[in-house]
Amino acid sequence: MVSPSTMKIVRESGAVPGSEFVLEVAEVRKEFPGVVALDNVKFQLRAGTVHALMGENGAGKSTLMKIIAGIYTPDKGTFKLRGVDVRLKSPLDALENGIAMIHQELNLMGPMTVSENIWIRREPKNRFGFIDHLEMRRKTEELFKRLNIEIDPVVEVGTLSVANRQMVEIAKAVSFNSDVLIMDEPTSALTEREVTHLFQIIRALKAEGKGIIYITHKMNELFDIADEVSIFRDGKYIATKNSKDLTRDEIIRMMVGREITQLFPKETVPIGNVKLSVKGLTLNGIFKDVSFDVREGEILGIAGLVGSGRSNIAETIFGVTPASSGAIEIDGKRVNIKSPAVAMHNGMAFLTEDRKETGCFLLLDIQDNTQMAVLQNRYVNYGFVEQTQLAKDSEVMAQALRVRTPDMQEPIINLSGGNQQKVLIARWLLTKPRILILDEPTRGIDVGAKAEIHKLVSQLAGQGVAVIMISSEMPEVMGMSDRIMVVHEGRVTGFLDRSEATQVKIMEMASH
Amino acid sequence: MTDTQQDAGKSLTGLKKIRRWPPEVSILLVLVGIMLVFEILGWILIGDSFIANRQRLSIIVLQVAVTGVIAIGVTQVIITAGVDLSSGSMVGFIAMVAASLAQVSTNERAVFGAYGLTDLNPVWAILSGLTLGLLLGFINGFIIAKTKIPPFIATLGMMVSVRGLAKWYTLGQPVALLSDSFSWFGHSFPVFGFPVPRPVIVFLIVAVIFHILLTYTRYGKFTYAIGANPQAARVSGINIGNHLMKVYSIAGLLSGLAAVMTAARAESAQPGMGVGYELDAIASCVIGGTSLGGGVGRITGTFIGTIILGVVTSGFTFLKVGAYYQEIVKGIIIVAAVVIDQNRQNKRRKSS
Repeated sequence: MVSPSTMKIVRESGAVPGSEFVLEVAEVRKEFPGVVALDNVKFQLRAGTVHALMGENGAGKSTLMKIIAGIYTPDKGTFKLRGVDVRLKSPLDALENGIAMIHQELNLMGPMTVSENIWIRREPKNRFGFIDHLEMRRKTEELFKRLNIEIDPVVEVGTLSVANRQMVEIAKAVSFNSDVLIMDEPTSALTEREVTHLFQIIRALKAEGKGIIYITHKMNELFDIADEVSIFRDGKYIATKNSKDLTRDEIIRMMVGREITQLFPKETVPIGNVKLSVKGLTLNGIFKDVSFDVREGEILGIAGLVGSGRSNIAETIFGVTPASSGAIEIDGKRVNIKSPAVAMHNGMAFLTEDRKETGCFLLLDIQDNTQMAVLQNRYVNYGFVEQTQLAKDSEVMAQALRVRTPDMQEPIINLSGGNQQKVLIARWLLTKPRILILDEPTRGIDVGAKAEIHKLVSQLAGQGVAVIMISSEMPEVMGMSDRIMVVHEGRVTGFLDRSEATQVKIMEMASH
Repeated sequence: MTDTQQDAGKSLTGLKKIRRWPPEVSILLVLVGIMLVFEILGWILIGDSFIANRQRLSIIVLQVAVTGVIAIGVTQVIITAGVDLSSGSMVGFIAMVAASLAQVSTNERAVFGAYGLTDLNPVWAILSGLTLGLLLGFINGFIIAKTKIPPFIATLGMMVSVRGLAKWYTLGQPVALLSDSFSWFGHSFPVFGFPVPRPVIVFLIVAVIFHILLTYTRYGKFTYAIGANPQAARVSGINIGNHLMKVYSIAGLLSGLAAVMTAARAESAQPGMGVGYELDAIASCVIGGTSLGGGVGRITGTFIGTIILGVVTSGFTFLKVGAYYQEIVKGIIIVAAVVIDQNRQNKRRKSS
């Protein structure tokens, strides 16, 4: 066993011991109260490869990555860096030993400039001991040139788009001269073009001999970029394969441990009367003159690029940001939706795009998170919450959605992303909505949970609920929707029927 | 094929339930620890017991009953991620107003003597105190909800202005000679031969009511929701502005109640009453585990936090420690108690 600091010195001397694997962990076990997160797990990363991790939410991918990045210490297991036994005690240890993690939630400081963010704690100093801003800028430019990134090093990070922040985060990780880069769903907020750029950067890093661990739920990305794939299920290691030797179905089978016959189980249901009618809806400067109808039992998909205004339209219909002009009719009657409370009173529910920002109450438990919306209109008697009945109904709902948790008193922050999403869906289903607006309902969610959510949405439509579903994933929109509305730069560019929709047609409408 | 489904079904109910200690346990241990330290020091230094003295225990609670009532109101404010700095000034001003409506007619310098408003039923003094508290609290809430300025600033302004009002009200003169029927509320009554001050009873009742309010009502649930994530609360249909107005109004109401208790106990009022109470109240909350970041906090914790402050003050007097040293150490204890509690919470979070 070598201490991290010794290993650091060895690394800096350049006398790095040779080994087939940059990183090797075995027999890793990690327990949390009530849950075995990892059980006898192994993982090997070769230099100069991209190694994808696949598994359902709660399979243990994130826990394993946090162990590798020094955030968690394992209860048991061996950890080898270039063949040498090491025990990491902190994220700083990991960083100094060449392991950098790019988190799903970006960790940049908004009011500071790009180069200040990258070189924080390692700022170049001039001879008076002050920060040498010119040198810092030069180093940043050099780094960006190497990675083919075009961002001004002196702008504040807070003014950058999500994609650009992601690039800065990656550049920062690379600037540590890391051997191992961990990317946790890096494309979840990126447009197609930005993804292409990201992949170029990843290939460049690969060519430099770095090992890249890539967590994703998107299958097509996997075949695009990954050399090897390791699959996990329920905290256990299942297999490591060459990605060329695998098919999509094989991967899904290994992840889920069962066949998923249909990813988009859209049932044909009778379409009823017009439930929601939007007429000439405008939000100044964001979107203009949006008109559409949704009928009972119909699923209307909204497609468009990130930033096209699709989420803003949903927010306005739900009263989060009331419209500048235009009308909303429910059951043919005009309603003035000036707040979410009014929308809910009219039978609407809205699952927002950003789980962390506008969805979860991270400090509260699952029970509170599930019941918060329904309390607006039901389960309250003279101000008092009907706790027994509500707890029972919430638990039934959580079980129906297969939320993985020891009990309803678990803080929601301890759940995986997919399970958090299920809790939020449970929150809205408890309100028994007649109009359901879903904004990226399956983002960052594994295939199994995805199929469950799709099935659920389909069932709800079968019960006559009018559904609006926004999604960046083309197959999802096409698979689930009866009709698709395409949005581009705040305008509706067209509608496509289920039968006539193709990926090419949608992309054409979405990009001009 | 079906095993994963069964697994998932079982995982919700079938797994062994995690044993969760109520978060107050650690802070209760701090209280017990502090009392034990005083007990041991008492035997060593004074040769007397600190705890085995029911008189002293009742004095401890009496001392903190007023700031305790304020702290309960402030707890719910802090849970919404706000703060109320104006409660101490409100105590000063409202005590003056309530006392001025409770003066006896034999007092030649009674504030409203010229209008014959003396020897009134004490109900008027109490009602005016509560109403005024509610009103001032509502103004706090209204400003915060409508202008969206930080609660720190809004209530800081209120704190300064209301202290001014207290001085202006009688041009700095104290209000004295209150009717016995009003002072009755500040006095003790015997329980099994021991004097129990009525403010203590009020404090207990208020604590129970607000524990129920925060734990079992929609009002309470929404209070936590707003502090935990205002954006998510809004999307869940909660009218944040309206709710904050209620929260601050209730905090003001409790400040008004504290003011009436203070005046009744002192049988007089003067403009400097309640200076620093807002900070004692906030200290009680944070010692009791309420997070200034919002979303976290319980009345039981605040209750224990209030007692801790009282025990510390009483313990130092018991040990005959000088007043200056008392303040120095009190500050240290406030910080230490929160550090201990926070460490424990972090450990809990990491392990789960």
